[in-house]
Amino acid sequence: MSQPVIVARDLVKRYGEFAAVDGISFEVAPGESFGLLGPNGAGKSTTMRMVGAVSTRTAGDLTILGLDPDRFGPEIRSQLGVVPQADNLDTELRVRENLLVYGRYFGLPRKLVAERADELLAFAQLEDKGKAKVDSLSGGMKRRLTIARALVNDPRVLLLDEPTTGLDPQARHILWDRLFRLKEQGTTLLLTTHYMDEAEQLCDRLVVVDKGTIMAEGTPAALIRRYSSREVLEMRFGSDRNADVAGRLAGIGDRLEVLPDRILVYSENGEAELERITGAGLHPITSLVRRSSLEDVFLRLTGRSLIE
Amino acid sequence: MSEVRRSRSAAEGDAYRDPSAMDAASDVTRAALAAGRNPRRWGAWYVAEHRFRVMRSYTGTVVVAGIGSPLLYLYALGVGLATIVDGSVGAEPVGGVSYLVFVAPALLASAAVTVAGEEFTYPIMLGYKWNPTFSGMHAAPIRPQQVADGVILSVAVRMLVNAVLFFALMLVFGAVPAATGFLAIASAVLTGLAFGAVLMAYTSTLEEDTGQLAMVMRFVVLPMTLFSGTFFPLTVFPIWLQPIGWISPLWHGTELARVFTYGYPEPIWLTVVHVAYLVAMFAVGWVWARRIAVRRLRK
Repeated sequence: MSQPVIVARDLVKRYGEFAAVDGISFEVAPGESFGLLGPNGAGKSTTMRMVGAVSTRTAGDLTILGLDPDRFGPEIRSQLGVVPQADNLDTELRVRENLLVYGRYFGLPRKLVAERADELLAFAQLEDKGKAKVDSLSGGMKRRLTIARALVNDPRVLLLDEPTTGLDPQARHILWDRLFRLKEQGTTLLLTTHYMDEAEQLCDRLVVVDKGTIMAEGTPAALIRRYSSREVLEMRFGSDRNADVAGRLAGIGDRLEVLPDRILVYSENGEAELERITGAGLHPITSLVRRSSLEDVFLRLTGRSLIE
Repeated sequence: MSEVRRSRSAAEGDAYRDPSAMDAASDVTRAALAAGRNPRRWGAWYVAEHRFRVMRSYTGTVVVAGIGSPLLYLYALGVGLATIVDGSVGAEPVGGVSYLVFVAPALLASAAVTVAGEEFTYPIMLGYKWNPTFSGMHAAPIRPQQVADGVILSVAVRMLVNAVLFFALMLVFGAVPAATGFLAIASAVLTGLAFGAVLMAYTSTLEEDTGQLAMVMRFVVLPMTLFSGTFFPLTVFPIWLQPIGWISPLWHGTELARVFTYGYPEPIWLTVVHVAYLVAMFAVGWVWARRIAVRRLRK
């Protein structure tokens, strides 16, 4: 096992009294795809900014590629590709120009940057948009252009902060496909997301973050095994009746979660539980049996759902 | 440089402990240290390159403003208004030269200030906030100070181009009797940058624009033009009003330009004061703008 590319130990970032990141430790190995999963305000973006060497830590140790970001910011950033949460493409420039100016920031020769720009436009499926204005692109295209821009220096580590937030399902799948390709080529990915399906799709390993601390760490499958059951039965009895019905479900399933709009029953066999419940004379308005997801892991760990 | 060397030896120190595991890592570290060299040295220039490309998207404006506005002003004031001034009050109040010769160097200096007003206000708000390209540069290996440097560098080049065009038209109008006239190009750029760097620093402090920039235009730039000896000598004011001119970079820049274009008689120490004042103002603005860049980009 080669040396980790990112090592964070007891990382803390305070703004005044408020600790946005409160003692986070993790390591990312080369070629690994590592995720920070958590709700908005959990400290994911702050962590990303520290790893991206654009924000100084208040306490703790952090090395990226063996270097301390406080002293070697430009050196570290020369090896990173950054996809920020909000696109910051230059809307005064054309699509291809955005790649050209950005490549220069890494000190790369113009000719090389021009070649890369064409390759990356192809990779981002934007070949025929090179001369277009940035603002004429759809949200998904802008995101792909931002990813292309982040790859212009052939980075060792790609940092993706909420890569698909705000995109429609089709655009998300196109983006995931592109990220998969990078993963296959051995690029190390560090991404934040509050979408459990995204984390399951893209992450080899992840940490669940809430209120600036790590709640759990592992592969998506291991986390689900450890913190949830195989299946989940979701039932709606109507918002005024959920709490009432929940009182009569004692002994059903491994565990119950009563949410304002629905009741979740964690069990190895959801269908069997549903039969027992209807057998007892309770008839939900809607019911659904599904496999457990990271959402359930998060709910178990924090008592809250990810998207509130 | 010594920092770089120290860290490399630190990485190699680790490698010594566990050679098999650390070989790849120190390669990676070494690659990073090598790749950081160009951006550390040339980062500000890369930022300027970016700005030039953006400026290219409004080349039309730059050229039209660069040629059109001197033409307009030189003609209207230096030819039109001059017929009245020269005819009625004579050359005495403006130091023994024609009104055209008197007003042209002032217009040159004030054109540079106008460019500063354009480039160091909304584009700065844009870069920090509205379309945060400055954050994008910083996410790449560019340091915040280099962002500020690069922006100033690019605007300096635009000012230089404008001033050269303006000066060429002054020659055409016959407004430059002295052989040292070309130095007015440099003094105009210095004037624009002195005011501009402070303006940039101020704009950088704004978290949002709730009309401050329009106020600056209306209550700083415009009065400055009126009270800097641009259209008439500052000495027509009573002495207690003249300090308005003395603090104005435009007054210093205008007087300096006059010394160069027609040998405006003033003691040499005053000429030195003009240069020193402008250089000092630029230095203060520059240092301030860099500090705010660090504060805003390294949160």
